[in-house]
Amino acid sequence: MIAEIGHYALVLALGLALVQMIVPAWGARTGDAGLMSVAGSTALAQFAFTGTAFAALAWCHLASDFSVANVYENSHSAKPFLYKLTGIWGNHEGSMLLWVLILALFGALVALFSANLPMRLRAHVLAVQGAIAAAFDLFILLTSNPFARLSPAPYEGRDLNPVLQDIGLAVHPPLLYLGYVGFSISFCFAMAALIEGRIDAAWARWVRPWALAAWMFLTLGIAMGSYWAYYELGWGGFWFWDPVENASLMPWLAGTALLHSAVVMEKREALKIWTILLAILAFSLSLIGTFLVRSGVLTSVHTFANDPARGVFILMILVAFIGGAFALYAWRAPALKAGGLFAPISREGALVLNNLFLTAACATVFVGTLYPLALEALTGDKISVGAPFFNATFAPLMVPLLAAIPFGPLLAWKRGDLYAAAQRLLAAFGLALLAVATVFAVEQGGPVLAPFGIGLAVFVMAGAASDIVERAGLLRLPFPTALARAAGLPRSAWGTALAHFGVGVTLLGIVGNTQWSAERIVALKPGETVSLRQYDLTFEGAVPRAGPNYRELAARLTVRRKGEVIGVLEPSKRTFPVRGATTTEAALMTRGASQLYASVGDSEADGSVMLRLYHKPLVLLIWLGALVMVAGGLLSLSDRRLRVGAPKPARARAAAQPAE
Amino acid sequence: MRALCLILAFLVCALAPARAVQPDEMLADPALEARAREISRELRCMVCQNQSIDDSDAPLARDLRLLVRERLKAGDSDRQVLDFLVARYGEFVLLRPRFAWHNAALWAAPFLVLLVGGIGLLVRARRRAAPPPPLAEDEEKRLQDLLR
Repeated sequence: MIAEIGHYALVLALGLALVQMIVPAWGARTGDAGLMSVAGSTALAQFAFTGTAFAALAWCHLASDFSVANVYENSHSAKPFLYKLTGIWGNHEGSMLLWVLILALFGALVALFSANLPMRLRAHVLAVQGAIAAAFDLFILLTSNPFARLSPAPYEGRDLNPVLQDIGLAVHPPLLYLGYVGFSISFCFAMAALIEGRIDAAWARWVRPWALAAWMFLTLGIAMGSYWAYYELGWGGFWFWDPVENASLMPWLAGTALLHSAVVMEKREALKIWTILLAILAFSLSLIGTFLVRSGVLTSVHTFANDPARGVFILMILVAFIGGAFALYAWRAPALKAGGLFAPISREGALVLNNLFLTAACATVFVGTLYPLALEALTGDKISVGAPFFNATFAPLMVPLLAAIPFGPLLAWKRGDLYAAAQRLLAAFGLALLAVATVFAVEQGGPVLAPFGIGLAVFVMAGAASDIVERAGLLRLPFPTALARAAGLPRSAWGTALAHFGVGVTLLGIVGNTQWSAERIVALKPGETVSLRQYDLTFEGAVPRAGPNYRELAARLTVRRKGEVIGVLEPSKRTFPVRGATTTEAALMTRGASQLYASVGDSEADGSVMLRLYHKPLVLLIWLGALVMVAGGLLSLSDRRLRVGAPKPARARAAAQPAE
Repeated sequence: MRALCLILAFLVCALAPARAVQPDEMLADPALEARAREISRELRCMVCQNQSIDDSDAPLARDLRLLVRERLKAGDSDRQVLDFLVARYGEFVLLRPRFAWHNAALWAAPFLVLLVGGIGLLVRARRRAAPPPPLAEDEEKRLQDLLR
């Protein structure tokens, strides 16, 4: 009964989405305020019904109702409660339902927080949002119904894929979807602006918080996924350039570019047409990401969702929205008035440079991910594009971008002075040189790239700090005055500096990890010791253990440093009997920002066990940097300017004034 | 979501008994072994989803790792080892496609985007920087009227 209620609620949500798509747009066309105001209430109702559908599926999962096919295929009565919960979206149907739930949530939020939006703009935004929701509701109902029943009902489920039974992967999809779908709002705003043929600085101010929020969630989602891959896949990499990873990186790059160009638009009314394009691109890439992962096009035979009907349906959605958006763009964008002028050397110029490199990087990932598919379809040649290709092309694009980061905030709007900016960065540059020299001296013949990588990271971090020091006048003014000035800086300035600092932190982690990791691959018998850098690891023996729905064999390693015991590592190998699958659970020991990493392989007949041991210097900084970036975004989001809302248009203000 | 493919790769490969690079495979000569690892990272495990043979647990990857080491012991250069594998398994085995006509678009794309974007910006800046055309006679007159 509950499943049927959920199914019915989803059908009603589809109906509401259709109403939300058609009625407000018609109202905007005919100038009927009553019809336009339908948008808000339908968006809220659509969220309520999608929420009901999701809650129904959640109930089926939590109650282990195996008469529902989705629950039977992805759950088990002995599965821990947490994974019963996260199992809701640990499968194709459930994850698509989560997708539309988040879409409806964003729609409802726009409906709630758009009181100061012009009525026509609001109606158009929500109408486009309704169209997206309708398309995906229809997709779920026609091809991926999560509420389908089984008769007779099985007694026991087939359990969730064991690799998904992990807290990191459990929270990864919601975060990622909040990011993906969050960009739908900037997309809707862009569509609305194109439909109306009018766009101004206020538009950028409305869009920016949504884009920023989506970017923050996407950043968190990617970082979480990366950390999960690091500890769960058992070979200690943090980024594999896997097509599925690339699918999430592309919207992130486009979204980052969008955030930066929206700043220019808000402050200077320039780059309007470009900002609209980026808003379209960011969400289009999110859709392409959904398509790549959900259609199974990447993996041909071995995939979860290898039903061609689904792939074709998503492809149709993709073509309709992306094609429609670009057609509208080609038609209406030339009519948009170009905005403010600026010299090449200026804050605007720096942000344009940022956009150029981010777009090129995004194009690299896009072409690299899709080229093998296109080539195979066109000529039948099969090639592989993997990590070595991306490292060779992506990195050279990132280096100039990173080196330019500290300059941007120090340049003035309209016309900047590169020489003056460079002067203010002297201290940061000095620190970077010092870092290079120190690393060279300490390393003595280690990897050649490492000192420069560290130097670049230090430059980015110190550059971000210089910006705040400079604005507060920390070196020019008496300390209390400077402190007061620093406290009085707009939060967006602090947010910018913090986010840029985070980029440096992540870079530091990447350089440390890729250049200085040490690895030992050994087969050890109980009692044997192996040394890794300054640590000695003794294999004590393998211990069998039992979990709620798995058995595991844990290898116990005692870690000593200079003869003193500093801890124990217990990597394990889990076997999930229901699916007959195994997972590796790496053991991690954190020492400062570095980690010792151990993962266990097979045991041999002679009692020895295969072990992969790594020392990964600074590795934690990779994800810590992402957190710092998100903190910067949060600070910027809390800026008063974004909370208060855009200034009212002059006409409204004039009307409010008493007659003279 | 990004992890799903990795999971697949994992499932396809994890059920196999072998593990990525094992102690018994490694060469005694550390320099040669380092070269073998370097080459392994460039080669695709062909039954896996986007994994190099260095990372893969599949038996096929193990066979390829052993093959790479055999060739290296026989005195091949890195390039010769790669050529040998391409001749045997096709270009699909390389994770970094070679420069060739059918890959030209792939390799050129990043730099083309940068180049076209850069030129576009330059042209735009030039056009913007050009001084506005001089005022026509009647415009000049109106201006003078306004300024008066």
